[in-house]
Amino acid sequence: MKLVIAMLMDGVIYASWLFVIAAGLTLIYGVMRILNMAHGSFYAIGAYGGASLVGFYLAGGYPPWGAYFMLLGAALIGGTVVGLLIERGLLRMMYGRDEVVMILVTYAILLILEDVIKLIWGVDAYFAYQPYTLLGRTKLAGLSFANYDILLIFVSALICFVLWWGLNRTRKGKLLQAVIHDRDTAAFLGINVTRMFTVTFVIGAVLGALAGALTAPGISVMPGIGVEVIILAFAVVVIGGLGSVGGALLGALIVGLARSAAVHLYPDAELFVIYGVMGLVLAFRPQGLFAIATARKI
Amino acid sequence: MKYATTMIVGAGIALLAAGLFMPGWLTFLLTLAFAKGLVVMGLLLLMRAGLVSFGQGLYYCLGAYCVGIAGDYFETQNALLLLLLAIVVCVALAAVIGLLLCRYRDIFFAMFSMAFSMILYGVLVKSSAFGSSDGFNVKPPLLFGWTPTGESGPFLAYGLAVVALVGVGIFVWRYLRSPMGYAGEAVRENEIRVEYLGASVRRIIYTKYLLAAAMAGLGGGITALAAGHIDPEMAYWTTSGEFVFIALMGGVGHAAGPVIGAVLFELLRTYAFQISPYTWQMILGIALLVIILYLPKGVWSLVERVTKGKPL
Amino acid sequence: MFIPFAKKSALVGLLVASAVAQPVLAADEYKLGLVTFLSGGAAGPFGVPAQNAANLLLETLNEGALPAPYNAKGINGRTIKPIYVDEAGGATKQSSEYRNLVERQGVDAVVGYISSGDCLAVPAVAEELKTLTVLFDCGTPRVFEDNSFKYVFRTGPTTTMDSVAASYYIKDIFPNLNAVSGINQNYSFGHESWADFYGSLKGLQADIDVPTKQFPKIYAGQYGAEISALMVNSADVIHSSFWGGDMEAFLLQGAARGLFEDQTALLTTGESAMYRLSDQIPEGTILGGRGPFGIYAPDNALNRWFRDAYSKRFGTQPTYPAYKMVQGILGLKLATEQAAAKVSGQPTTEDVVSAFEYLEYEGPGGKVSMNMGKGHQASMEMVYGRYALKDGKPAVTDVRRYAAECVNPSDDMPANEWIEKGMPGAKCN
Repeated sequence: MKLVIAMLMDGVIYASWLFVIAAGLTLIYGVMRILNMAHGSFYAIGAYGGASLVGFYLAGGYPPWGAYFMLLGAALIGGTVVGLLIERGLLRMMYGRDEVVMILVTYAILLILEDVIKLIWGVDAYFAYQPYTLLGRTKLAGLSFANYDILLIFVSALICFVLWWGLNRTRKGKLLQAVIHDRDTAAFLGINVTRMFTVTFVIGAVLGALAGALTAPGISVMPGIGVEVIILAFAVVVIGGLGSVGGALLGALIVGLARSAAVHLYPDAELFVIYGVMGLVLAFRPQGLFAIATARKI
Repeated sequence: MKYATTMIVGAGIALLAAGLFMPGWLTFLLTLAFAKGLVVMGLLLLMRAGLVSFGQGLYYCLGAYCVGIAGDYFETQNALLLLLLAIVVCVALAAVIGLLLCRYRDIFFAMFSMAFSMILYGVLVKSSAFGSSDGFNVKPPLLFGWTPTGESGPFLAYGLAVVALVGVGIFVWRYLRSPMGYAGEAVRENEIRVEYLGASVRRIIYTKYLLAAAMAGLGGGITALAAGHIDPEMAYWTTSGEFVFIALMGGVGHAAGPVIGAVLFELLRTYAFQISPYTWQMILGIALLVIILYLPKGVWSLVERVTKGKPL
Repeated sequence: MFIPFAKKSALVGLLVASAVAQPVLAADEYKLGLVTFLSGGAAGPFGVPAQNAANLLLETLNEGALPAPYNAKGINGRTIKPIYVDEAGGATKQSSEYRNLVERQGVDAVVGYISSGDCLAVPAVAEELKTLTVLFDCGTPRVFEDNSFKYVFRTGPTTTMDSVAASYYIKDIFPNLNAVSGINQNYSFGHESWADFYGSLKGLQADIDVPTKQFPKIYAGQYGAEISALMVNSADVIHSSFWGGDMEAFLLQGAARGLFEDQTALLTTGESAMYRLSDQIPEGTILGGRGPFGIYAPDNALNRWFRDAYSKRFGTQPTYPAYKMVQGILGLKLATEQAAAKVSGQPTTEDVVSAFEYLEYEGPGGKVSMNMGKGHQASMEMVYGRYALKDGKPAVTDVRRYAAECVNPSDDMPANEWIEKGMPGAKCN
């Protein structure tokens, strides 16, 4: 029983972490058809921004609960600034290129941002563990879990709900869906696709930065953390079906649970789990679990 | 056709002769660049058919490990034998994986091929017999009883790389002008029409996948012989990404593109390391962006613009 | 077809010509190649502290302001000029960069390499180019077990002693030891650390139980599931060779969930985190520093100078990579100067090599004996202690020192074989 609860909790916590990272990635792909490797940099910028903002804030002697707002603020500011700069300054010159070329463009951005981060923050690790330890822990079947991690599950669910609501229940979201399904027709019908692209990219960047900011309290923020999460996020998104938010959720859950099962039952398999799951899903659903229908070229 | 072949051979001989006068570091750098060029030439075949593999590291690494392991196990250091083995093993694996992979397109092909290379990476990291992530050293190669020592050691690997490059270069150049070669572009443009014309899209892709695997295995084998050390990093996704990087840098319009791309990439990276050890990644990133922006068909398009009289 | 190829050859020719042009060397300069991680996850904890230490040391050496016997200027009177290279890119890339350092930049010697993979790949090139090379930090014992090299020295001890000493230490501290769990990174260093630790512990106590051993991916950052697994399968001691950010993340996440309340963590590289996370490390955690470095360093003139100068300049205490870098450069300096004393003019590389072999010298971490690997591999004592706060300041208690002959194999035996045979010939007191 203890084992089952541990497996479930670990799996869901890991999945909620994965989902926050993958959500922005899949959104950007869905709308813009860009598999954005620079998403890892957004994550890193969020983490660095969050850690240093929390550091400044707490050094000023303000009430500690405000640190959570610092994390959110860092994500919002960092994601918006970097997202706008990259989309307006660079990507718009490249629209219409091959998907592969766009991957490489975002890879180049990742390389550049990696060094920009180093120039701003240096290579020494940053810590902001106060928000992580402040909430204490909960005992479940004899096992302690950090309340911060449990909170992360709810935050992740909230993000998922907001994205679903925004896409399906608002006018702007419906317009965005039109762009996702057929960019040219949408433009033809008078939707300002360029604006949509900018807004989507900024939202995606903020989500990426948010993932980093939310992760920062539990880790040591250091160079290279962004690169590490990209492939994880790619795998989740591919399993779920590129461009689908629901797919990212399901992909994150599958990967999270499979990984935690491996860690508890057969630790040697931990490294293979994610690729094994991806292979298995693709073998049966070559386009991922929730693929967006595309027209065939004849 | 014959004229071109003579010219490629001539260029190879010139490169070999130049190798006698080059400083050692350049010989080594070019050897690695040519080995990568071989891998990217295979990638070029796939990319012209619209398929981008983010997993060529699988065969690059497998080829290298074949050379390393066989060298230890069979106690042979005959370079040709080892390279042949690397190619055979890679093609054999590709024959199995290819059956599955040639059903996939676009990003799914890319990700699935990457998954396979990451699985090899995981297996190698777990195998302490092969030194886990530290890898192990490969014995220096021999060629028909010629045991190069000291200074001539790097030259043997360089020579092998040049010869392989000439051979593969002639093959790819001819292949791209054959019906099978043109079929690649047809597949990229419209698969259904290709099928209507009576050709099998699957077979076209499958063949190209096997060829690409053979070239990547050869490149990996040469890298192992030249570097004298191999590790699982060769199968990591960043290595595969580097090949795509090189392909786009050099351009996939011509068989020479990958070679130029690889040489340029290696030179760019080593000078970036030297000039700015703290921010070399930024230099690489900016160079890539500049090339994509201003030379969308790669550096090779510069040469083409000159030779075909197009304005720069 | 001809023209493109002519162009191509011309292009290559141009590149060759521009690259061959080499800078002119100043005669009284000693060009020293320094290779450490300047990017990626190993830069913060290892690469940059080592680079900082090198900078500080070289400046002081060039002024001749170091305590004796290192008070001669530069290296044998020659001003040292450092050339830094990032260690990123993997072993093949590093072989290539090594050639560039020697053949393009014309360095006199190279000190560097943190990654064991690089330390396995580079020596073959060093032999080919006959260039003196000092490996300062990497830990795998395989470097001098698989091969013997003439021009390559390693002034840092191997990882074997971290694991062996760790097993002695927990046997000393926990007389009723029943079970140990492990969490180590899924790569060579993690595998070797666990295998050596478990092997030597098994030799000391045959019935030791291992409830779980975890090998998460390096740089994973999220250890929730692993921590649960360690909690479900409880042990007396949790062995971990995590380093840098991974170790710090594991400490933070484990502490927040109370993992260390009834299990003691044994962190073989924990010393490097004790100042940064002073209020997060549970008291009683066993910390190692991969040798007598950092807080475990002896009180000698060199160490006092180093701690003082380093913390003044960089605002933090030096950790073990910084110590090991100093130790590497000082070894090179001493060997060169001892060789120079025997010849007139500057000694040749061969002279320095024979002076370096079986050299014994005092570094900031105490005695370094180049008595393994046919005189090319250093051995040192190993120290463990338990973390404690003294007057609110990070410190260690229960410090135990293990002599070099106790925790290192005798010269002719590979480390894993030595451990398997129950560590014959170990002289412990």
